[in-house]
Amino acid sequence: MTQGNTTSGNVINLKTGLAEMLKGGVIMDVVTADQAKVAEDAGAVAVMALERVPSDIRAAGGVARMSPPELVEEIMAAVSIPVMAKCRIGHFAEAQILEAIGVDYIDESEVLTPADEDYHIDKQQFKVPFVCGATCLAEGLRRIGEGAALIRTKGEPGTGNIVEAVRHLREINQDLKRVLQLDDSELMTEAKDLGAPFELLKIVRDGGGLPVPNFAAGGIATPADAALCMQLGAQSVFVGSGIFKSEDPAAFAKAIVKATAHFDDPKMVLEASKGLGEAMRGTEISEIEEPMRMAKRGW
Amino acid sequence: MHEKPIIGVLALQGCVDRHRPHIEAAGASFCAVKTPKEFEAVDALILPGGESTTMLKLIDTFGLEEPLKKVFAAKPVWGICAGSILMADKVSNPIQKSFSLMPITMERNGYGRQLESHNAVVEGFEVSFIRAPVVKAVNDNVEILASHEGVPVWLRSGQYMATTFHPELTLDYPSPMHQVFVGMVG
Repeated sequence: MTQGNTTSGNVINLKTGLAEMLKGGVIMDVVTADQAKVAEDAGAVAVMALERVPSDIRAAGGVARMSPPELVEEIMAAVSIPVMAKCRIGHFAEAQILEAIGVDYIDESEVLTPADEDYHIDKQQFKVPFVCGATCLAEGLRRIGEGAALIRTKGEPGTGNIVEAVRHLREINQDLKRVLQLDDSELMTEAKDLGAPFELLKIVRDGGGLPVPNFAAGGIATPADAALCMQLGAQSVFVGSGIFKSEDPAAFAKAIVKATAHFDDPKMVLEASKGLGEAMRGTEISEIEEPMRMAKRGW
Repeated sequence: MHEKPIIGVLALQGCVDRHRPHIEAAGASFCAVKTPKEFEAVDALILPGGESTTMLKLIDTFGLEEPLKKVFAAKPVWGICAGSILMADKVSNPIQKSFSLMPITMERNGYGRQLESHNAVVEGFEVSFIRAPVVKAVNDNVEILASHEGVPVWLRSGQYMATTFHPELTLDYPSPMHQVFVGMVG
């Protein structure tokens, strides 16, 4: 028999097991219980409980922290699907609170203001699973090494601009292609060059891919954006501001769910793209001041 | 014996690809299916783990209820976790639609949230219960193939099979559950 977050023998650990169940789905940012219901009714596989969506965090400025516990609890009570919540990078006390609340997943997220510039959370210490952002394979493996059970691209949250998520997906794909061809003697040098744990790099090489699922996040605003990320190898998508900052959130939510389920069928994505009204207003990345580039937070 | 049976896994959302090595090791072919045309080509269907509310929504959105009912009427069906909820007669926590393939009553997330997810040994095989449902009532003509902590977790009636746990997350191939299901074909 095994404890909750560990595994004996040959079973995928329970933290990654839940991520396996979320594949092919859409995880939506919500800031109220009502929005959580809209997301669930649209077919979201999970919601991310937040005080503000990323575009509002940008607009508000100041320090962005974990959401108030009451808000997270209210959202947990409102829906039957899994509820995730964000803590600041390195802020293990916020993570402890979220675990005590009983959320289903914690996102150690660059969307919030980092609490520690040197150290991410030691996620092995928690029973609740963690998802973390990554811009390349090595960053993903560092987070997995710390105990992350799911990886997502960072993208550039709150922009409605898909360019950074695409960059991160392509980066990870290119890294994977290279690593899969390395022999044992080349692998250690690669680990040194990438700054990735050797043992995990070996697992990637031997297993033919990442040891945990990889989802897309950051800038997804349309059904076509979701289809693009899925075709680039993401196994699910997180949508932050893209739904509740659009003209018709319920319609956008449903449409992105449809497009994600049939991401490889252009006719279905076309169907999903019709009659939606206006998408969220986007932001060109170069217009964002350096300190507000969220993808650069964490390492 | 004719060619290998084709086991379809409904691939609208959820844990699909993890079934492939189990199905192949049990001597059948794996096929992910999303459309009515694809449903026709399979000899049996797995309703996989995932989110039952999402699957219900997508079945409705894509007009798949009637095509799926044709499959349900004619072929073996195995529901896993969320899939077993879709097969139940009645569902609670919350009350939601289901397809009444098996005379069982299900409570969603009956063990609790993710922190209550756990592994257990069922029929000598270690499996995962992830935000799993709990079988609250079973009609007499349902065969209970295994129980865990006094609760039925592996059930069968006629051409239908349900597990509230995930044998597909175990990396020893094939699982006894996949073996039994492949044996139900033909």
